[in-house]
Amino acid sequence: MDREKAPVFRVSRWMLVFSTATLAIITASPLVWMVSASFKQPNEIFNSSLLPNHPTLDNFRYVFTQLPFLRYILNTFFVAGTITVIALLFHSMAGYAFARLRFPGRETIFLIIFSTFLVSLQVIIVPLFILVQKMGMVNTYAGLIIPVTFNAFGIFLMRQFYLGIPPDLQEAAIIDGASYWGIYWNIMLPLSRPILSALAVFFFLVNWNAFIWPLTITTNQDLWMVQLAIASFQGQYSAAWNYIMAASVVVAMPTLVLFFLFQRQLVESIKTTGIK
Amino acid sequence: MDDQARLSVDGLEPPSGGGARRRAVQRRGRTYWTRSRKEALAAWLFILPDFVGLLIFVAVPMALSLSLGFFSVDGFGGYKFIGLANYNRMFHDPLFLESIEVTVVYVVCLVPGLYVTGLGLAMLVRQRIPWIGVWRSLFFMPYVVSLVVIALIWKVLLIDKIGFINQMLELVGFQGRSWLGDPKLALGAVLAVTIWFLMGYYMIIFLSGLQEIPREYYEAAKIDGANPWAMFTNITLPLLRPTSFFVILVSTVAAVSGSSAFDLIYVMTNGGPANSTSLAVFYIYEQAFKFNNYGYAAAMASSVVVILLAITVALFALTRGGRFHLG
Repeated sequence: MDREKAPVFRVSRWMLVFSTATLAIITASPLVWMVSASFKQPNEIFNSSLLPNHPTLDNFRYVFTQLPFLRYILNTFFVAGTITVIALLFHSMAGYAFARLRFPGRETIFLIIFSTFLVSLQVIIVPLFILVQKMGMVNTYAGLIIPVTFNAFGIFLMRQFYLGIPPDLQEAAIIDGASYWGIYWNIMLPLSRPILSALAVFFFLVNWNAFIWPLTITTNQDLWMVQLAIASFQGQYSAAWNYIMAASVVVAMPTLVLFFLFQRQLVESIKTTGIK
Repeated sequence: MDDQARLSVDGLEPPSGGGARRRAVQRRGRTYWTRSRKEALAAWLFILPDFVGLLIFVAVPMALSLSLGFFSVDGFGGYKFIGLANYNRMFHDPLFLESIEVTVVYVVCLVPGLYVTGLGLAMLVRQRIPWIGVWRSLFFMPYVVSLVVIALIWKVLLIDKIGFINQMLELVGFQGRSWLGDPKLALGAVLAVTIWFLMGYYMIIFLSGLQEIPREYYEAAKIDGANPWAMFTNITLPLLRPTSFFVILVSTVAAVSGSSAFDLIYVMTNGGPANSTSLAVFYIYEQAFKFNNYGYAAAMASSVVVILLAITVALFALTRGGRFHLG
C-alpha cells in the first residue's frame, strides 16, 4: 500500500495495529476467562487474577463423574450429526433441482421456499410443538431431529453454488446416457465438496448449540442435549461456578475446535449469504 | 431411483426422430414423457423431501399459529372456539404490552448497534496489518460459542460486587453496579452481550461487501485530495448499499423474532428483573410452556408475525428492493 511511503503514516499504522490487536484481545478475553476459571479452585473464581494460582482438574473430574455428562455429549453428537447428514443430502438435492433442472413454476416455488428463511423457530414454536406432540414425537430422538432439519438457508446456498457450475457438464452427461440422479450423485455431489464441508460445519455448530427446541421437546433427562444440560445444571448448582465453567468449557470446546479447523469454510459460507 | 434412470434413457430420444430405440417404443405413453416432462418430474422428486418437510414443519405451523389464536387450548389437548377473546385479552394484558415495549427498545438499540460495530470492525480488519487473520478470528470467535455458554460466562462476569467487571470498574474508580439485578441496567447488559456475540458475524458480511468495492475508486479519490471521511461517505457507504440492506433486514428480523435473545435471556435473566428483559418472544414462550396457555400464546405470536411482515415489506418498499437480488 502507498501509505507506507510517508513516515507520518507509518506511525499511524502502528497505532492501527496496536488498537486492532488490543480490541481483538479484549473481545476474546471473556472466553479466555472461562477457560481459566474452569481450572480454578472454588475460592479463587472471583479473585481478579487471570491465571489460576493452584490449577486443578477437579472441576472436570466432577462434571464427568458426578453427572451423566458423557451421555449428554453423545446425545448431542448423535442428534447434531444426524441433522447435518440428512440436511446436506436433502438441501443439495433441492438446490441442484432449483439451479439446474427446468420445470414450470420453478422461480415461484423457490421464492416461497426462500421466504420461509424469515420464519424463525421462536415465532412458530407453539404450533410446532402442538403439531409434533400430536405426531407422538415428544421425548424422542425423532422429535429432536426431524422438525429442525428443514431450512431454506441450506437450499439457497446449495442453489447458489450449483448455479456456478457450467450447464454443459450436465448436457454432456445426458448425452452419455446418465440419469438425473446419476448426474447429481456422480457429478454434482463430488463437485460440491467445498460447499458441503462448509455447510456441514455450519449445521453441526448450529445444532450443537441448539437450546430452545431441545428445551421444549424433551423432559426426559436421558435425551438431554448439552446446552439444556448446562442450563439446568446452573439452575441446580447456582453458586458452584467452578463446576459450571468446567462444563461450559467442555460444551464450547468442540465448537471452538471446529472453528479453528474449518475457519475458512465457515467464513465463506457466511459470505455467500451476504453477497446479493 | 431406477425410475429416474429409465426416464432419462428415454430422454435420449431425439424429440422428432421416432422409434429408433426398441426399448423406448415398448413403453406406453412415450409421447407423453417428453424430455421436458421427465426433467420436471425428476426436479420434483429432488425437491420433494425438503418441500414436504418445510410444508409440515414450517408452513403448517405458520397457518396453525394464525388459527390457533381463536381457540382456548387446555392442558389435555381440548380445543374450544372462543373467537377474538385471546386477541382482546392481548390488548389488555399489561405484561404483553410491556414486553412489546421491551422488544421495541431492544430492536431500536440492537440494529444500529450491530450495524456500527459490524461495519467499524470490518473497516478495521480490512487494513493490511500484521497477523490480520488472527485479529479477525478473535473478533469472530464469540459467535461460534453457544448462547447458553455465553450467558453463563457473562452471568459470572457481571455478578454483583465480586464479579470481574465490577472489580475492574472499582479498580479505575467507578462504582460497581448490579448489572443484572437493576431493572434499569439489565436490558442494556443483555444488549451489550448480544452485540459482542454477533458483531463478528456482521463484520464478515461487511468485509465481503467492502472487498467488492474496486480499489481504484479510492485511489482516484485520493488523487483528487479527498480525506478519509469524504471517501467513506462518498464511496464506501453508497457502494455498500446492498450489504447494508441485507444486514439491516436480517438483523431486524432476527431481533424482533428474538433469534439471538431467547437462550441468552432464559439463562442470564429469565426475563427479569421486574420483566425488564422480557421480550415478546420470551413472554409468549412462558405463557405457552409455563402456564399452558397455548391459544393465547399463539394469538400473541401471530401478532409478532404481522409485525415482522410489516417490517419486511416496509424495508423492501423504502429501499425499492435495496438492489437485493436473489439470483
